[in-house]
Amino acid sequence: MAKTKTDLTWQEIEIGGVVTTPGNAAEYKTGNWRSSRPVWDKNRCVKCGICYIFCPDAAINEDEEGFFEADLYYCKGCGICAHECPTGSITMVEEEE
Amino acid sequence: MGKRIGLEVSLSAAEAVKMANVDCIAAYPITPQTHIVEHLSELVNNGELDAEFIPVESEHSAMSVCTGVSAAGARVFTCTSSQGLALMNEIVHIAPTMRLPVVMILANRSLSGPLSIWNDHTDVMSIRDCGWIQVFAHNGQETFDHVLFAYRVAEAKKVSLPVMIHIDGFILTHVIEPVEFWDEEQVRAYLPDFEPVNSLHPDHPVSMGAFGLPSIFSEVKVAQDEALIQSKGEIMAAWKELGDIVGRYYKPVETYRNEDAETIIVTQGSFGETVTLVVDALREEGQSVGLVMNRLWRPFPFEEFREALGSAKNVIVIDRAISNGGQGGPLAIELRSVLYGAANQPTVTDYICGLAGRDVTIQDFKNMYYKSLEKVKGKPLEEDFEYYAVRGK
Repeated sequence: MAKTKTDLTWQEIEIGGVVTTPGNAAEYKTGNWRSSRPVWDKNRCVKCGICYIFCPDAAINEDEEGFFEADLYYCKGCGICAHECPTGSITMVEEEE
Repeated sequence: MGKRIGLEVSLSAAEAVKMANVDCIAAYPITPQTHIVEHLSELVNNGELDAEFIPVESEHSAMSVCTGVSAAGARVFTCTSSQGLALMNEIVHIAPTMRLPVVMILANRSLSGPLSIWNDHTDVMSIRDCGWIQVFAHNGQETFDHVLFAYRVAEAKKVSLPVMIHIDGFILTHVIEPVEFWDEEQVRAYLPDFEPVNSLHPDHPVSMGAFGLPSIFSEVKVAQDEALIQSKGEIMAAWKELGDIVGRYYKPVETYRNEDAETIIVTQGSFGETVTLVVDALREEGQSVGLVMNRLWRPFPFEEFREALGSAKNVIVIDRAISNGGQGGPLAIELRSVLYGAANQPTVTDYICGLAGRDVTIQDFKNMYYKSLEKVKGKPLEEDFEYYAVRGK
């Protein structure tokens, strides 16, 4: 398996630090920045999709029933979804180690 | 071999840029660099140079354009001075990290304030640590030769770094000197076409200038610094080949009558030629004195300095810049690093002079020399440096 960026020595860095793999930002985990995560209350959710639209990281997906959930690999826990939700069905729950 | 013609150094520098057949020039006029840009603009306008001339709205844009053009795989030139360099500072630091072989002439001028258009090296020192290869030219011919040298070194695949040529504002830029142009064949033999290590092209997509997280930043910077340190090999090879082609051989440090000299004066920039006359005059007065002129400011030639200073007992450094709150001028600080731990360490006296174009005459250098001998006689130095001929000091 190829080395991840964090394993590379200075000699192995591409000249000029160029990125040669298109789209490799998808590998970059931002989920560990999170101090709290959004939790949906399906009893209140009206499936309007406001949370999906407002998520600045496109880290919210729609499930088979039409409800929404966060992709915790990317979700930084910014809380914009909870702030924007018109029915108040998203709660930010503190992450615990 | 071309014949020597009398031409303003700025114009001959622009002619050298033309001979390097650049694809693009992006620059903003600023005193005392203006004549270089003006002449390049004329050459493009008159169809003598097939290049894009981009009249940008600021130096920040000039260096941004150069970075983009170089990233696209084209040969680019810019030049500036002082405040212009300060305005482009942000991108000056980015180009070497991206390993883009931009070439720039810096017509050295003091940084404001107080506002001044005249010559010293404070602008150079503001970007001392930026990661460019930096060379000083002492006269018009060296300026011409080093434009071609700069492209040759910058674009070498192992190097792939930007190169800055320092020429003293007015003292060089605005004087007419005899300059020997190269023949087209000589340029072709010396400077191959530019083949970038990486370039922005849809057939081989890359992202340049990416974000560097703490986990990768240090490795990227070390790779950049290693490239600068190791560029010395290519620099030496390029000077050797330049000499073989046009008969002028350049070295990282140039020496003049320094063998067995008890005292050595160290200069950087156009002061060097004046001090050759000072050395001659002092030798006639029976003094054991020589001169070392630094040419390669970055990567700094530590080994060559140790060798050139030899067994000197006294080293006099002439600085044209202040390191505010520091221990003397930047050149002296570097010299003390060279000498630290050396056997039979010489004394170092540092004179900061010639700021903002104030004249420093042969007599002034002689005064500094004799003053220095008094200073170091039998007692350790109490003052690390001195401002020469500053009223009230």
